[in-house]
Amino acid sequence: MKIHEYQAKGVLRQYKVPVPRGEVAFTADEARQIAEQLGGRVVVKAQIHAGGRGKGGGVKLADNPDHAKELAGQILGMTLVTHQTGPEGRLVKRVLIEETLPIERELYLGIVLDRKLERPVLMASSEGGMDIEEVAAKTPDLILKEAIQPGIGLMPFQARRLAFGIGVTGDAVKGVVDAMLALAAAYEATDANLLEINPFVITTDGRAVALDAKMDFDDNGLFRHPDLVELRDLDEEDPLETDASNFSLNYINLDGNIGCMVNGAGLAMATMDIIQHAGGSPANFLDVGGGANADQIKNGFRIILSDPNVKAIMINIFGGILRVDVLAQGVVAAAKELNIKVPIVLRLEGTKVAEGKKILEDSGMNFTIAANMKEAAQKAVAAAS
Amino acid sequence: MSILLDENTRILVQGFGRAGAFHAQQCAEYGAKIVGAVHPGKGGSTQDGTPIFNTVREAVDAVQPTASIVFVPAAGAADAVIEAADGGLELVVCITEGIPTRDLVKISFALKGGKTRLIGPNCPGIISPGKSKLGIMPGYIHKQGNVGVVSRSGTLTYEAVGQLTPLGIGQSTCIGIGGDPIIGTQFVDALKLFNEDPDTHAIIMIGEIGGSAEEEAAAFIKEHVKKPVAAFIAGRTAPPGRRMGHAGAIISGGKGTAAEKVAALEDAGIAVAPTPADMGSTLASLL
Repeated sequence: MKIHEYQAKGVLRQYKVPVPRGEVAFTADEARQIAEQLGGRVVVKAQIHAGGRGKGGGVKLADNPDHAKELAGQILGMTLVTHQTGPEGRLVKRVLIEETLPIERELYLGIVLDRKLERPVLMASSEGGMDIEEVAAKTPDLILKEAIQPGIGLMPFQARRLAFGIGVTGDAVKGVVDAMLALAAAYEATDANLLEINPFVITTDGRAVALDAKMDFDDNGLFRHPDLVELRDLDEEDPLETDASNFSLNYINLDGNIGCMVNGAGLAMATMDIIQHAGGSPANFLDVGGGANADQIKNGFRIILSDPNVKAIMINIFGGILRVDVLAQGVVAAAKELNIKVPIVLRLEGTKVAEGKKILEDSGMNFTIAANMKEAAQKAVAAAS
Repeated sequence: MSILLDENTRILVQGFGRAGAFHAQQCAEYGAKIVGAVHPGKGGSTQDGTPIFNTVREAVDAVQPTASIVFVPAAGAADAVIEAADGGLELVVCITEGIPTRDLVKISFALKGGKTRLIGPNCPGIISPGKSKLGIMPGYIHKQGNVGVVSRSGTLTYEAVGQLTPLGIGQSTCIGIGGDPIIGTQFVDALKLFNEDPDTHAIIMIGEIGGSAEEEAAAFIKEHVKKPVAAFIAGRTAPPGRRMGHAGAIISGGKGTAAEKVAALEDAGIAVAPTPADMGSTLASLL
């Protein structure tokens, strides 16, 4: 689960990570008020769950409170397009109003899971403010890493090694080291997946401050953090994906025209692949899980069909222990109840397959039964074109 | 022969709720030797003839299990896996899906250097056809034979087996290693065991997007494995930055794509099936 920058800074503040003074505004008038309280020049930053906001025109400097109001008025309600939003962009509904700082150096700090080491790693780089993936691709030597061990956490010597390694000197070292330790503590305590500060700055008066903040939490750990769950912003999520998640369905909207309903994540991905191999294009990823009960099938159909591009549906179930006759009854009931008109191609494996196929054939509905996955994909592609 | 699991493996079930009890019964019907279950609070009772214990240590003393299968819900699953290791079990299969990553790191830390081998989590388990089943896979689709199957995905493992068996190609052992970002037994570990097993004559590995385990496997095969290997990689059409059902199935920072993995496998001389429908025939073409 992603959260906004201002929310991430709020979380980090609790763990004693130094962040600029600032507050979120939902209206231009609020922006003016906050700017007045902060005094002096402020920065107005669009709050959306995507990077590249500055380049897209979503981050602006204001000289005084009236200017902050004017800029906030322009940014609020704008559709911000960045390299991460896609061409349709994202509507800005909140802005962060923050003090400006005299910046001497920009650094990069980030914590992610290193799957090979099986530990989170703190990454530090002197190349702050840059696209870190580009730095990793072109100059990997400029990114230093330290693994965080469970139980003991990041040790101060590791933070010092990173700070000196990226060229921090003098009085700033202590501030950077303390901030790194605080970031590692925040990452661990919140079950974060990703914590990224880009840039992390050193000011001309020697302070170390997290100028930006990006946090993404492990969905599987959220049950331990009811306070963080409240930070979820449904406006930033695909409504169909939110709908699906309410029924324990794993759905991802794609831009093709063949809806997919599959049990198991690997088979669901493979089904998308075989549709493309057959010359078609999948409209979604949908894993209905191992059980695939009647209620999940019904909601799966409903969500697939909410996408107006869907011209055919391919159902691919390798049931195993699951009884295909029971599954077929669920499919027929859901198709009748939802009055489904698009052709449905099914490939079903499991126990009582013959009985299941008979139920589908006798239903009088627009079902096509395929002998195997390849045939199902070909028939679905033909039905959709 | 088979690897890791056979008819003599003595199995403990951890988490004897509805799912645990159901699948334990299915395993027993397939021939698995279920010797007991651990369900804190139910210790001292028996259910369908299976003695239940409060702790793994008690179970170890009473019924001498050598392996366990974990059905404990996500919040307590890491605890159960580490308890099994503490009890000295040689093999732990963790079926549970949705374990927080922080807990996966704890499991990795606790099991490091010890004698306990973990399979999973978020996996279907392991089956040695005709001998024993320590998992939730449908037993009837399998056939005893000489192909080793190893996969990150549950249903794709069934799919591969479902294609092999009708071709008359049986399996020595099938392992679902799990879809999480940190897992116990990796492709390389399973490949090593299959490579050393005289009764495994060929191997099929089924990978997916995310991480670099398939690339590591390709390098290992190139250097050490003389047996024929077929492969399939799921997720050629997966969009970057999205978790495709499995917590570990994500293309991040442009890394972990299907194209990279297929290239690494083909470079190592491995036959990669073009579609999931061709897994069985691709392997058959190598025999």
